[in-house]
Amino acid sequence: MRLDPRVPDGPLETKWSDHQFDMKLVNPANRRKHRILIVGSGLAGASAAAALGEQGYEVLCFTFHDSPRRAHSIAAQGGINAAKNYQNDGDSVHRLFYDTIKGGDFRSREANVYRLAEISANIIDQCVAQGVPFAREYGGLLDNRSFGGAQVSRTFYARGQTGQQLLLGAYSALERQVKRGTVTVLPRTEMLDVVVVHGRARGIITRHLVTGKLERWVGDAVVLATGGYGNAFFLSTNAKACNVTATYRAYKKGAVFGNPCFTQIHPTCIPVSGEYQSKLTLMSESLRNDGRVWVPLQAGDTRPAHAIPDAERDYYLERKYPSFGNLAPRDIASRSAKEVCDEGRGVGPGGLGVFLDFADPIRRLGIDTIKDRYGNLFEMYERITGEDPYVVPMRIYPAVHYTMGGLWVDYNLMSSIPGLHVLGEANFSDHGANRLGASALMQGLADGYFIIPHTLGDYLASTRLETVETIHPAFIAAENDAKAQVDRLLAIDGSRTVDSFHRELGKILWEHCGMARSKAGLQRALELLPELRREFWSDLRVLGTGEELNQALEKAGRVADFLEFGELMCRDALHREESCGGHFRVEHQTAEGEAKRDDDQFAYVAAWEYAGEGKEPILNREPLSFENVHLATRSYK
Amino acid sequence: MKLRLKIWRQEGPHATGRFVTYDAAEVSPDMSFLEMLDVLNEELQLKGETPIAFDHDCREGICGSCAMMVDGIPHGPQQSTTVCQLHMRHYRDGETIVIEPWRARAFPVIRDLVVDRGALDRIIQAGGYISVATGNAPEANSVPIGKDMVDRAMDAAQCIGCGACVAACPNASAMLFTAAKATHLGLLPQGQPERSHRAVNMVRQMDLEMFGGCTNFGECSEACPKDIGLEVIARLNADFLRATLRERESI
Repeated sequence: MRLDPRVPDGPLETKWSDHQFDMKLVNPANRRKHRILIVGSGLAGASAAAALGEQGYEVLCFTFHDSPRRAHSIAAQGGINAAKNYQNDGDSVHRLFYDTIKGGDFRSREANVYRLAEISANIIDQCVAQGVPFAREYGGLLDNRSFGGAQVSRTFYARGQTGQQLLLGAYSALERQVKRGTVTVLPRTEMLDVVVVHGRARGIITRHLVTGKLERWVGDAVVLATGGYGNAFFLSTNAKACNVTATYRAYKKGAVFGNPCFTQIHPTCIPVSGEYQSKLTLMSESLRNDGRVWVPLQAGDTRPAHAIPDAERDYYLERKYPSFGNLAPRDIASRSAKEVCDEGRGVGPGGLGVFLDFADPIRRLGIDTIKDRYGNLFEMYERITGEDPYVVPMRIYPAVHYTMGGLWVDYNLMSSIPGLHVLGEANFSDHGANRLGASALMQGLADGYFIIPHTLGDYLASTRLETVETIHPAFIAAENDAKAQVDRLLAIDGSRTVDSFHRELGKILWEHCGMARSKAGLQRALELLPELRREFWSDLRVLGTGEELNQALEKAGRVADFLEFGELMCRDALHREESCGGHFRVEHQTAEGEAKRDDDQFAYVAAWEYAGEGKEPILNREPLSFENVHLATRSYK
Repeated sequence: MKLRLKIWRQEGPHATGRFVTYDAAEVSPDMSFLEMLDVLNEELQLKGETPIAFDHDCREGICGSCAMMVDGIPHGPQQSTTVCQLHMRHYRDGETIVIEPWRARAFPVIRDLVVDRGALDRIIQAGGYISVATGNAPEANSVPIGKDMVDRAMDAAQCIGCGACVAACPNASAMLFTAAKATHLGLLPQGQPERSHRAVNMVRQMDLEMFGGCTNFGECSEACPKDIGLEVIARLNADFLRATLRERESI
C-alpha cells in the first residue's frame, strides 16, 4: 500500500494557511445534506461534533457512556500547552513545535506538529470564550505552569482538573448544538464496525448497550475519536471502559495502524496495592514542578523516609539530568524509576515505588502555596493510600498512561480508508515515540475544533458520494459479523471470567512489551498471546443474553480485540530494532543506559496493514524527513 | 475482613427489584469500594449468577459515572468522596452495607444500580453554555478576570454531574446541579449576556424533567462529592427571580 501523507508544499510556516485556502469548501446551504458520523465524545469527538454542527452539517455523535461528559478526557489533570509566550520566557510557535518533535524523539511528522503548535494559541482563546475557568494571576490574566520536557512556562491549567474543564467546555458547545438540532447524541451506543462501500467509509454498526440492539448508520464520512488503547495492559491510568475496539475494527477493514508499540508509561502513578487492583491512578506530572524524586542510596534500606538523612538519599533525576532535573520527560523519568527499583532501591511494599517528596517546597514556599497548587491531588492520594503527603512523601511508580500509536492518518487526518477520519489519541499523528505533558489536550482540541472542520469539508466537497442505504450488502454483512461475534462470546460457556483473561493479557504485555523490551521477551509474548486467545475463545464465561444491559459481554468484545491487538503491539516492538521515546529495546542502549535511536534505519512510521485472519500483517513505511529540525540525540542532561 | 452486602437487584426498567444479601469474605482494607464489588462479581460469575450492574469508569472521582446509595447516603459515608474513591479501610470487620441505586423519578432504573441520568444533559442543553461558535474567540487575555472571581467560578464548575444531589434531596430536586452550572457561567464576564435566559431556561427544563422543587434542605450540598455549596442555589434563585420579573415587564 502506498501511503501518501499529503503534506502540502511550501515552507513549514505557511503550509497550513496555504492549505486552508487551497481546500474546497462546502456551500453553507448544502452542509445539512451531509451526515457525519462521529464516534466518541471526548475532547476530540465533542469538539469536532460541536464545530461541524455549528457549520451546519448533520452530525451524529456516538458514545458508549451515559453522557458525552463522561469521556476519559475528563480525567486529564495537569494542563494544556499553548505557545502564547505570556511569560515572556522565549516561547514561540517554533519552540513548541521543536519541543514536541524532540520530546517525541524525532518520530513524528514535522508538518502536523508545526500546525499543532500554530493552532495551540487559538484553543486557549476558544476555551476562555466558552467560560473555561483557567487559573489566573491576581491581575486577572491567565497563569501558566511548567511541565516536563520544556524549559518555558506554557501550560494553562484549571487546578488539577484541566481535562474536566476543557471537556465540559466542549460538551457544553456540543449540547448547544443538540439544542439547535444540528447534532444528535447517541449515548450508551458502542461502535462495533466500520462499513466500507466501494472503498470509502460510509457507515458504522453499533450496539445499544441497554437493549442490545444492533443498528446500521449511513453517513458521508466517519470520524473516529475513540481514544487510546492503554487498557491492553489491563492496569493503566485509563478509565475502565477505554478500549481499542473501534480503531482495531477499522484496522481490520483496511485502515493501517501506525506505530502500535509506542505507548507511554507515566512516571507518577500510585503503586499497585494488591491483586484486586482494578486500575492505576495518575498523580499529575505537574507535581514534579515542586516535588523531588528520590530513593535511598543503599539497596534494601527500609527505614521510613524521614529517618533517612539527606546524604543517604539519591535524588537520581537531579543527579542524572541536572538541567531538567525532576522535569525530565516522561519516558526518561519512568525508565529511571524502573532502574532504581531493579537495583533493589525501590520503596514501599514489594519495592516497586520511589518517593516524590514535598518537604523542601513546603519549607520553601509554605504549606498554603503547596495546598493551592496541588491540594486536590494530595487529597486524592490520601484517599487512595491512607497516607498524608503533607507529612509523608508520596510513593509513586510508572504506569501505562497514553498511547502515541494509533490509526495512521494523512495531513488531513484521514486514514488509509477514504472518508474515515481519526482524531485525538486514536490517531498516531503528533507525538512520535513519546508525548510531552499537557500536549494530549492540545492535540484533541486542535484536531476537533480547528482541523477536521476544514479538512472534512474539503473531502466532502471534492468527493462524489453515491447514495448508499442501510440495505446495502456491506451493511448487512457488517451487522451479521457483529452479531456473530456477540453470539459466539455468549455461546462459549466456559469457566473463566473476562477480567481474568484481561488481567493475564495485561501481565504478558507489561512484562514483555512494557518499559523495557527485548527480542527474546517479545518473541515469548508472541507465543503466549495466541495461546491465551485460544483459551479465551474456548473457556470464557459470559452470562446473560445479548438483548439486555450486559457489562460482561461489553467487556468480552473489547478484550477479544485487545487479545489480537496485543500481538500487533509486540510485532511492531519486535521489528523496531532501536530505542526511541517510550519504546526501549534493551539491545539498543548507550553505555549509560540511555535510548539509542537508529535514524538511518528507523526514521519512519511503521504502518501495519491487516492481511486477513491468521496471516502476518504487512508492514508499510512512511519515511519521516526532517527539513526544519536537526536530528539530534535527545539530551536532557 | 468479612462484610455482608445487601444489594438492590433489578433485572430491567420494568422488572420488580429486591434486595439480595451477599457475603464478601476477603475484603482488603486497601481495596476501593468498587474493587470490592468487582471481586464479588467475579465470584458471582464463577457461580453462574449474573454480576451486579453498576456504572463506573475513571475510578478517580472525576467522570461522575459511579452512583450508588451506600447505607442511605449517596457515594457513602466519606465526605467529598465519590464511591469509586471510597476505600474499605473505613469499614470494620462484620459490618453490613446496604447498596441501592439513586432514587428519583427523573432517574429511572435501567438495571441493578444503573440509572438513566439523561435528564441532566437536557438541562445543560436548555442553557448550560456560552453561545460562542468555534473560531469567534477574542484573544484570551483581552478580558481580565479577578482571581477570586475565577476561583469561585471554578468551585462551581467542578460539578461532575453524578446526580448525588438529586439522590440526597427529599424532593429529588436537581437544583444544586443546575445552579452550579448557572453560577459557573454567571460569575464570568463571558457568561453575562445570556445570564437571565440561562437561569429561566434551565430551571424550566428541570421542572419538565420531573425533578422536584428546591425547599432548601441542604442535603444536596452535604452529599456533593465536590463540595459545591448552597450559595450557588441562592445565586440561581436571584438570577431566576430577576429574569422572570424582567420577562413580566417586557410583556
